[in-house]
Amino acid sequence: MGRTIEVTINGLLYRHDVEPRLLLVHYLRDVIGLTGTHIGCETSLCGACTVLFNGAAVKSCTLFAVQADGAEITTIEGLAENGQLHPIQEGFWMKHGLQCGYCTPGMILAAHQLLSRSPDPSEEEIRRGIEGNLCRCTGYQHIIEAIRYAAEKIRVTREGGARSK
Amino acid sequence: MIPTAFEYFRPANLSEALALLEQYKDEAKLLAGGHSLIPLMKLRLAQPQYVIDLGGVKELSYIRESGEHLLIGAMTRHVDVETSEMLRQRCPLLAETAHRIGDVQVRNMGTIGGSLAHADPAADYPAAILALGAELRAVSTKGERWIRAEDFFVDMLTTALQPGEILVEVKVPALGPRTGTAYVKVAQKASGFALCGVAVVLAVDPNGVCQDVAVGITGIAPKAYRARAVEEALRGRALDASVIANASAKATEGIDPLEDLHASAEYRAHLARVWCRRAIEQARESV
Amino acid sequence: MGKKFVGEPIPRVEDHRLITGRSQYVDDIVRPRMVYAAILRSIYAHARLKAVNVEKARQAPGVIAVFTGADVREAIGPVPVASRLPDLKIPKHPVLALEKVHYVGEPIAVVVAGDRYLARDAVDMIEVEYEPLEAVVDPERAIAEGAPIVHEEFGTNVAFVWRLSGGDIERAFREADVVVSQRMVNQRLIPVAMEPRGVVAEYLPGEGQLTVWTSTQIPHLLRTQLATMLGLAENRLRVIAPEVGGGFGSKLNVYAEEALVGYLAMRLGRPVKWIETRRENFLSTTHGRGQIAEVEAAVKRDGTVLGLRYKIIQDLGAYHQLLTPAIPTLTGLMATGPYKIPNLHVQIVGAFTNKMATDAYRGAGRPEATYWLERMMDRIAGELGLDPVQVRMRNFPQPEEFPFPTASGLAYDSGNYHQALRRAMELVGYEKLRQEQQQLRQQGRYLGIGISTYVEICALGPSPALPAGGWESATVRVEPTGKVTVLTGASPHGQGQETAFAQIVADELGVELADVRVIHGDTAIVQYGIGTFGSRATAVGGTAVYGALQKVKEKATHLAAHLLGEENVANVAFEDGHFFLKDNPERRMTFHEVALAAYLAKNLPPGVEPGLEATYFFEPSNFTFPFGAHIAVVEVDPETGDVQFRRYVAVDDCGRVLNPLLVDGQVHGGIVQSLGQALLEEAVYDESGQLVTGELTEYAIPKATDVPWLETDRTETPSPVNPLGIKGVGEAGTIAATPAIVNAVLDALAPFGVQHLDMPLRPEKIWRAIRGA
Repeated sequence: MGRTIEVTINGLLYRHDVEPRLLLVHYLRDVIGLTGTHIGCETSLCGACTVLFNGAAVKSCTLFAVQADGAEITTIEGLAENGQLHPIQEGFWMKHGLQCGYCTPGMILAAHQLLSRSPDPSEEEIRRGIEGNLCRCTGYQHIIEAIRYAAEKIRVTREGGARSK
Repeated sequence: MIPTAFEYFRPANLSEALALLEQYKDEAKLLAGGHSLIPLMKLRLAQPQYVIDLGGVKELSYIRESGEHLLIGAMTRHVDVETSEMLRQRCPLLAETAHRIGDVQVRNMGTIGGSLAHADPAADYPAAILALGAELRAVSTKGERWIRAEDFFVDMLTTALQPGEILVEVKVPALGPRTGTAYVKVAQKASGFALCGVAVVLAVDPNGVCQDVAVGITGIAPKAYRARAVEEALRGRALDASVIANASAKATEGIDPLEDLHASAEYRAHLARVWCRRAIEQARESV
Repeated sequence: MGKKFVGEPIPRVEDHRLITGRSQYVDDIVRPRMVYAAILRSIYAHARLKAVNVEKARQAPGVIAVFTGADVREAIGPVPVASRLPDLKIPKHPVLALEKVHYVGEPIAVVVAGDRYLARDAVDMIEVEYEPLEAVVDPERAIAEGAPIVHEEFGTNVAFVWRLSGGDIERAFREADVVVSQRMVNQRLIPVAMEPRGVVAEYLPGEGQLTVWTSTQIPHLLRTQLATMLGLAENRLRVIAPEVGGGFGSKLNVYAEEALVGYLAMRLGRPVKWIETRRENFLSTTHGRGQIAEVEAAVKRDGTVLGLRYKIIQDLGAYHQLLTPAIPTLTGLMATGPYKIPNLHVQIVGAFTNKMATDAYRGAGRPEATYWLERMMDRIAGELGLDPVQVRMRNFPQPEEFPFPTASGLAYDSGNYHQALRRAMELVGYEKLRQEQQQLRQQGRYLGIGISTYVEICALGPSPALPAGGWESATVRVEPTGKVTVLTGASPHGQGQETAFAQIVADELGVELADVRVIHGDTAIVQYGIGTFGSRATAVGGTAVYGALQKVKEKATHLAAHLLGEENVANVAFEDGHFFLKDNPERRMTFHEVALAAYLAKNLPPGVEPGLEATYFFEPSNFTFPFGAHIAVVEVDPETGDVQFRRYVAVDDCGRVLNPLLVDGQVHGGIVQSLGQALLEEAVYDESGQLVTGELTEYAIPKATDVPWLETDRTETPSPVNPLGIKGVGEAGTIAATPAIVNAVLDALAPFGVQHLDMPLRPEKIWRAIRGA
């Protein structure tokens, strides 16, 4: 009962036969070997498994791999480019936005979604933007600072880029 | 965490989907956004033999105008309802309600049709759908019919959809003149579902007299309901604080509120009354 | 010597792997030919097992083996308890249930299959015939006459009665002007580390070695215990704590699954993986708190507290896990808090119930003590018509009274409690807030200001006080190229010691942070250690690193003197990575040169061994006692009972700070877990012993939207217990914040005459209290 899917993950095209019930998160972790996407619950609440699915943040434990046929997925492993940390990753590092690190990949991708829709979010918007991601270590405050840091860095980079043109 | 095995279909259009549903009937489940179905399957509380994924039925994803109505395809995701400029302008209640659903990841995947067809008693949309007097279009291999919102919700997790029918479209009226709306919600802290959600559509004349009103309430009862007694106590009256308060006191008239770990029946009823009042006040402000 | 790193907000060196998704948690580990285990757990809280039929499961697709309790009872020893209280009743605790099950979630059988999906499918095919028995869920009922007995062999559910006395409690109550008493509940909580537990085990028959990767806070202690359970020589067992996704005490344990998966790997000759689901995590990873207390305070009219009497019932659950009975004794030790209260009597009754075991959860016994006492201080203030600040200030010891002896037999190392509270009041604008509160009450708005002043017992601790030693170890190994490897016996899992320890090394040896690598969590690499819990990793483990560094420096200095041709070692100084002669600074060598010379060994002083490394086991002379003052400001909606935060101010004193970023992170996280207990969280079992809050959809841990902005500040009173002056900070927030928040809510409710409400303070409870007033 396998079904063939083609999925682009972090820019690479994969083709696999998968069982329909295989969850996308298990496909990413166990089949592709991208273990940066974590599993923290089975009720779509914790957000540890968040990935970008055609650009939108989704909980990869709440999709079947077969639903990803033809999709483009970005996982935490695909966020840094040419060894350069993404500004959100840098923000989490500089502002100590993580402790045990388990929620971090999902949190970073939720932040990515937030900043793509709202480049200069208020504290309230940030809190709402990550309410689908649970963290038991940080109390969220350094995460908020990390996202602000990233927003600022993205803004400065963009304006710098605009000026240089 | 791991669902039982099933056979998977991904029809490319509605007629294929209807044919599959006709073939497998009760043993099949429709997969829309998956945010109700997949968690149930992972806990093995749902174990369908066949899953028909509507993700490929692109024709069901749209928001468009049709005269004084707006039509929303059943596979339209919450995020698209939430951010639709057309809805923000012409039916802000629906956009505001979508904005209050779950979290961003849920809104990115969940669909209006999937949510309504699941009929969770604590879902957000039903309150708005009722207050808007929406109509829902169901299609089967035998034809199609329109179902009034109030007839659609039958009981907890039960709708008026018949076996073989797929909910394909939601029709809501555009905002009329001198009309205000509001959706307010008290979330259950763990799940984010509504302990109490109240949607109000309120039309007032220049003298502040209520010309028409509709109140939909979710989270309180086994199914979302229209608070008719509240509406009657408001219609034709000047909306001062005491009229609103007295009307809101009827928010659970004839209703047997749910009781669970998160709120007793008594407190749920109290929340319904308080938030009904606050929602009406907010809707009045927004006229 | 130029210090560059200690005390600075250095971003963590461990972060890169975590923010790029390249760290390795247990479930990320894949071994060749690995198979998957899934566990069938009891659906009853109390039942006899009449039959466990596994035949269908054995025939299921992909299944390799199925084992029941009867299959493994000879091969695997019982789950251990390390605490030894007088007359403690210790039930047999098999890894898979035998005749009876005692709580929902107790393991009954294990399936091993080729993949995790098939293993899960086969669990559903095991048929269990239960004979349900009446369950006992409420600990008070459990110790009353006629209750169902959890372990029939004892004829009682009382596992122990523990008492602690100091001073003359009877006299205190005779001399009191007022006696204030209150019954309170500190509800059972579920730790919910974001990474559930997991185990991978692999057996190499040629070497006779079993390797166990497990999500644990205590790899070495676990190795010793697992060796006993499995009948293996301890030096043939390797335990690895890979990246661990949070613990909070719930991974400070020895679990049935850790031994079971190890056994399966040996028995089947294949690597085996078991990963806990969140539902299993709720049911069968240790819970925390779960105390009921009746507290009486003997008080003078001016607010002086003469004595305290506690009668506490600890809900133990069905079995003892590693430290289950020991946790409430910490409550007893801290029962006089940061106050001069000379007379104390504590009685703690441990009650078996048909529930998962309680054990350490962030704070472990001290949050309970602080909660009891800080609620009492507010109750006393209320009874006497005094400001809560006044009552606290009156009972604090003066800074010059340290080391301060307590009625519970401890000696607080250092402190200035007045200063911390004054600082918090200044930050929050206490006097102005009190005025605003009065004005708002006139308008029917209910502002509440809640204070918590606390002291906690940290850096656990002197070995005589701990079941398995309270020291910590470190090896500092200078490699020939001058790179420095640190092996620590602590087992950090988010606290940031890879950075904090590297900061110590970099400053002491004058190397860069990037030159230092801190390795932990692998018993085959690291010398024996105790682990990470009880806010000890930096205070005890960091001191061990510091001690090892002194030994390394001493040897290197000796060698440098020799190489520089200086006979008087005292004339050799070491600064900024260079050795030089004090009277002739031009004669110098780099640290790297000395390190290389130590390994090339061409020219060593007589009697000096080649190589440059040292191991140090640090045994602390005392605990440390961090302290502080937290103030919460809330507004209660009298119509709905909803609580909104206005401010949250925390002033903590954790002794010397190595890295303020890490300290803030610990404080924030602790406060928010505390907020969870105060307002949201409660493990609810129904009367039949089913866990009603068994998923994240029912058990609310704080989300970003539930949390206010936290304003943190510090005072810094070094501890004399270790040379770095560190006290520890891992649990401070969790200990301090719960009573601050509860006191704030009850302060808001004061106009309604509400004196006390038990947590969690959910809106309905508050609404009922207001309505009942």
